[in-house]
Amino acid sequence: MAILSLNSVSKSFGALKVTDDVSFEVAPGEVLGIIGPNGAGKSTLFNLITGNIRTDAGTITFDGTDVTGQSPMARVKAGIGRSFQIPQPFTHLSVYENLLVAANFGGGQGGREAEQLCVDILDRTGLGDLAEATSGSLSLLQRKRLELARAMATSPKLILLDEIAGGLTDGECVALIETIKSIHAQGTAIIWIEHVLHALTSVVERLMVLNFGKMLTIGAPEVVMDTPAVREIYLGIEV
Amino acid sequence: MNHNSKIALPVALAIVAALALVPFYGSRAIIQDLFTVLTLLVLAMNWNILAGFAGLVSVGQQAFVGTGAYAMFAAVILGGVDPLWGIVIGGAAAAALSVPIAIFTFRLNGAYFAIGTWVSAEIVRLSLAQWKALGGGTGTSLPKGTTQEMFGVQPIRHLLGISNAAAADVLSYWLALALAVATLSASYLFLRSRAGLGLQAIRDNLEAARSVGVDPARLKAIVFVLSALGTGVCGALMFLQITRVTPDAAFSVVDWTAFVIFITVIGGIGTLPGPIVGVLVFYVLQRLLADYGTLYLILLGLFGIAIMLFARRGLWGLFTDKTGIELLPLRHRPPRTATPVPGIPPKIVKEGT
Ligand SMILES: Nc1ncnc2c1ncn2[C@@H]1O[C@H](COP(=O)(O)OP(=O)(O)OP(=O)(O)O)[C@@H](O)[C@H]1O
Ligand SMILES: [Mg+2]
Repeated sequence: MAILSLNSVSKSFGALKVTDDVSFEVAPGEVLGIIGPNGAGKSTLFNLITGNIRTDAGTITFDGTDVTGQSPMARVKAGIGRSFQIPQPFTHLSVYENLLVAANFGGGQGGREAEQLCVDILDRTGLGDLAEATSGSLSLLQRKRLELARAMATSPKLILLDEIAGGLTDGECVALIETIKSIHAQGTAIIWIEHVLHALTSVVERLMVLNFGKMLTIGAPEVVMDTPAVREIYLGIEV
Repeated sequence: MNHNSKIALPVALAIVAALALVPFYGSRAIIQDLFTVLTLLVLAMNWNILAGFAGLVSVGQQAFVGTGAYAMFAAVILGGVDPLWGIVIGGAAAAALSVPIAIFTFRLNGAYFAIGTWVSAEIVRLSLAQWKALGGGTGTSLPKGTTQEMFGVQPIRHLLGISNAAAADVLSYWLALALAVATLSASYLFLRSRAGLGLQAIRDNLEAARSVGVDPARLKAIVFVLSALGTGVCGALMFLQITRVTPDAAFSVVDWTAFVIFITVIGGIGTLPGPIVGVLVFYVLQRLLADYGTLYLILLGLFGIAIMLFARRGLWGLFTDKTGIELLPLRHRPPRTATPVPGIPPKIVKEGT
């Protein structure tokens, strides 16, 4: 059974239809990539799945429960972890404390167990040396890493990653891919929005293309990237 | 930093011990003054947690001071209980009242929330002014002798060899000191707890806090009720010491909210030591400027505005920024996996030998 399924989900901002009758499923442990031009509605789709934005129509089911009307708090506790495209750190808290909040509240863990989990995640995401730094003082790239680490600290069954690879050097990108593969190896399902295509295609099992709020296609990456419509719209290649 | 916290605890204990011993050598006037300072401190610490940490800028704390005071008077006059129990009942009544007030005001944001709390306090004041058994609009006094018969007064009278009235003052003073210590300790433990971490996350970024599972309404409600409890207990104690209550005095927005905000803001809102610094400065200013009448309030206001413009985090924030000294730090540190072995000095590599 699917861990996440969207059934005819729609959302408009005023006259602008940002999510247009989108339906798809994610299997437990699956890695799904999402691509699409700027403003296609990718981040909005995440916000609908996490409950930060309410749907206009359609239903969202997570882990066998209809979560359409649930708060973001309830959904993260149920196992939907997320990163924000524009990093949203708790600026006065340390990097470690950013994770501790997530582990305590979203992950429902306490005491030594939570502390150790946070330390492990910091090491896995290359933030170990910055554990006690105030997160407000981090650079943009470090903040993006913190987004990933904090989402991991909620112990999700499904993790939503929104453009975390932009601006990385080749070496950093390889390290990020390793981290994401290790999350995948734990059995966590992943949906990853990314403009850095080579990073995305090295991990994902399926790829979805969004355009003007509509799901254009979904399937194996090679097949999707070969679709004429995708080549034209996403890559701007004339066919 | 570690060094600071190591000397901070003994120093704090010494200060508390010195304060506890004041009745053995200080005059009654000093004890009454210190009582005022300590009770204002308790109100300021409660408001600081509310506004500085939970972002709930209430200007209706007089609702809880007044309710605490009136519930205590009702329990003593109508119920015949010992005033010390009356204080407990006062706190419970204020906490109970905070629930409906929260249900009403939590629907409002920012300035509207502030106005909502003030309106709620006015409604409670007007309602209690109708209570004829407690003197209606003119208020009432505790029956003669109530405070002398209060639990603990006679032993204190014998111990210190003072009058009944002075012994009652000493008891109130010790209770105020205990309340201040309890409030500070509870605030620290609360802010260091899971809930406190959640509050700090909300203060930094509401949307992100919700996305990692922190429920803002729930945490804010807990803080609102707890601070009403503390404020109600303090209100009951303050009016027990005065032995007389009127709706205007018990629900004074100037005394129980405006001054309290002033104290917290000049001391350092959102910092734990802030209210302590603030109340000391406030007391000194009050002493220095008391002879100037209305001018005193104007000067107080100007001072407050200057602090708000030039030191957003108050005098304590200014001090921390300049010195790097932090008392009562709230930081959670990661568990250390590899601790350096103590006692072995780091190797010094000499060059050119
Ligand atoms: N809260 C909002 N109110 C109004 N319009 C919004 C809101 N959020 C997003 N939009 C609009 O919805 C459209 C889709 O935005 P979204 O952020 O989902 O795109 P995206 O695919 O993530 O783009 P990008 O690749 O730039 O991140 C955009 O036109 C955006 O301006
Ligand atoms: Mg986006």
